[in-house]
Amino acid sequence: MSAAPPVIEVRTSPHLHSGRSVNSIMRNVVYALLPLCAYSVWLFGLSALAVLAMSTACCLLTEHLICRLSGRETTVGDWSVVITGLLLGLTLPPGFPLWMVAAGSFIAVAPGKMLFGGLGFNAFNPALVGRAFLQAAFPVAITAYTPALALHRFSELIPSTLAIPLIKAGPLAGWIARVRVDTFSGATPLMLRKFDHVTTDSWTLFLGARAGSAGETSALLILLCGAYLVARKMMDWRITAAMLGGAALTASLFHLADPVRYPGPVFVLLSGGLVLGATFMATDPVASPVTPLGMWIYGALMGLITVVIRFEGGLAEGVMYAILLGNALSPLIDNVTQPRIYGARSREAAR
Amino acid sequence: MAMTAIPGLKRLWRGVHVPEFKDATNRLPIRRMPFPPMLIVPLSQHAGAPAVVIVREGQEVVRGEPIARAGGFVSVPMHSPATGRIERIGLAPTARGPLAPAIYVKPYAAASQEVLYGEPQDIENMTPEQIVKAVQETGVVGLGGAAFPTHVKLKVPEGKTIDTVVVNGCECEPYLTTDHRVMVEHPGEVLHGARIAMKAVGAARAVVGVEDNKMDAVEALRRANTDSSGISIEAVPAKYPQGAEKLLVKVLLGREIPSGGLPADVGLAVFNVATLAQIGDLLPRRQGLIERVVTISGPGVSRPGNYLMALGTPLGFALEQAGCSAAAASVILGGPMMGAAAASLDVPVTKGVTGIVVFTHQAANGNARIFPCIHCAECVNVCPLHLNPSRLGMLARKGRYEEMEATLHLNDCFECGCCSYVCPSHIPLVQYFRVAKQMNRERKART
Repeated sequence: MSAAPPVIEVRTSPHLHSGRSVNSIMRNVVYALLPLCAYSVWLFGLSALAVLAMSTACCLLTEHLICRLSGRETTVGDWSVVITGLLLGLTLPPGFPLWMVAAGSFIAVAPGKMLFGGLGFNAFNPALVGRAFLQAAFPVAITAYTPALALHRFSELIPSTLAIPLIKAGPLAGWIARVRVDTFSGATPLMLRKFDHVTTDSWTLFLGARAGSAGETSALLILLCGAYLVARKMMDWRITAAMLGGAALTASLFHLADPVRYPGPVFVLLSGGLVLGATFMATDPVASPVTPLGMWIYGALMGLITVVIRFEGGLAEGVMYAILLGNALSPLIDNVTQPRIYGARSREAAR
Repeated sequence: MAMTAIPGLKRLWRGVHVPEFKDATNRLPIRRMPFPPMLIVPLSQHAGAPAVVIVREGQEVVRGEPIARAGGFVSVPMHSPATGRIERIGLAPTARGPLAPAIYVKPYAAASQEVLYGEPQDIENMTPEQIVKAVQETGVVGLGGAAFPTHVKLKVPEGKTIDTVVVNGCECEPYLTTDHRVMVEHPGEVLHGARIAMKAVGAARAVVGVEDNKMDAVEALRRANTDSSGISIEAVPAKYPQGAEKLLVKVLLGREIPSGGLPADVGLAVFNVATLAQIGDLLPRRQGLIERVVTISGPGVSRPGNYLMALGTPLGFALEQAGCSAAAASVILGGPMMGAAAASLDVPVTKGVTGIVVFTHQAANGNARIFPCIHCAECVNVCPLHLNPSRLGMLARKGRYEEMEATLHLNDCFECGCCSYVCPSHIPLVQYFRVAKQMNRERKART
């Protein structure tokens, strides 16, 4: 034949592909995080921007250098480390000292991700590994929150941002008193509730103009960003739903038992980092189960642990440890929730 | 066991929506393709024992005349696709790669495509055993791609009863429209074949399952289905891989074929529409299977269509007829999800070839970089058998093939390709599973 194809390739089926790729999923998660970053900068000013820039840059650099040192092609191009950097920045107080941010970024990526073998092999969410390290190493700094919508936030940094490494920084109370607007204080709604027995109203919590970690404040915005990923089939909504549901259910039970001591489910859902964690960190596919039932169990368990830590633990917030614990249990959950396959014979019949 | 399906819920829950690409050919009538200069009839075009040659080199044969007899019960005879001369009996390339015995038939110049060989036979008064025997004589095998001898499925296994014949008109593979056109143009033959199958297996009813992207086929079948013979035609929402018999019987009747079992275990016999159309057409005239409809499509051909071609037509000749462009990069036998790439254009079209899809370099699934599994669970979400491809893939990477079979049901996988299709890391999961199955087979053969 005149138009004979000179060479035909032999590949194995399937010969079509959906076009989904790791790069595009990771890139879209970054897109989904950008509105949160923008909102946190608007709320907390230059310092939040500095923290986010620092964490992202340090995470990228750490991964790149480790790849170089181990003689591999750099993997920063897959965008996953950008997510780690942004998430770490979003979970820190906006005035967190930058040198600590750098240390946390290194811990997140070096032992948290690359030591396990890089993308796809990390047992824990790297950003939370970094944050857990910071929580253990710098318990004061990581609970030093500043008010949202402070005066001069776009012209000056929060004093603690530029703290000198290893030197004890002064308290922020004086600065907060100078820049605060109205009643905005530096305490997060969870701290107010736990230590001062003041409950912030739900609408403020939902919209997010309150003190807190840089990216955790607006439940509305976080859910919208998550919905974008779910709509693009790049995130599994079941884990988020299970975690929020688990937390709400647990909180309801506590609340019913003692309405004075324990806040209701709405407050629990909207305060702290629960929505951020449930939407962007618990859903980290690498460290979560793959079976449908496993996802529900995993999410619900994390919701339950969060609430128990908040209500009965010494810390005001429990999302981070709940997710890390969930990550640790995820392989086990996967093992015990293998789905029943089509046409499976009962155990006796199989023998 | 036999849970009754709830109306409105008759759909495939797992699986994937693959772009169909059927528009290029689904409205084109079946067209006859001329004879090539040489026809190559492999002796093993079906599952089971190869056929045994009954002609000599140099012998003249008539179109439709048997040239090889069945090599056992699970085997079928071969018939000459053209009037001509047996040129040679020797090795020929096959789609799988290795050379295999084949009969070369050189059609006479100006040989007619009319079939004169054959004689009428009365099916109404045949016993089921006689029907099984007669179907074997036609050489018909599963034309949906499996190429399993049809008469074997018509013989009800000892101790089983078949209550329903399921007729598979899903054709869920992208690009392919052969079954579609057969249903539209030959609904009577399909239904007649279904009645013969019902008679052979002793079933009182038959259900024809057609995907709802072929409503013209559904209507054609319903129009032709005038007598009250217990045949119903059902449209089911289109989704890949609904045409897999395990899934179709679950969708239509809510029955699950047990792992490692047969449809007969749940009282069913499943046949492809084109297979039944051939039986309905050939059996009353006692003729043999010598041609079939093949969709030739894909970005690499300029005259896509549904071609009725003589079995044994080499791919090269068929593609020339369909206007294969120089940019063609790979030639797929069957659909792009489960079909095999041909290694040579001298490979002939056999009974199990449903389509020829030609990809250009741009369209073929290229050498995408393989990332580690990120546990996104999409493969678990789409696997129609509820397997765990993610974990199977990880075990395959580590060479733990026995564990894959023992604990994760590797052998249930029928390689539909959904997991590989959705994998964002481009992990060739299905290929891993093929390798694992083969390694397990070889290990068992050694011990």
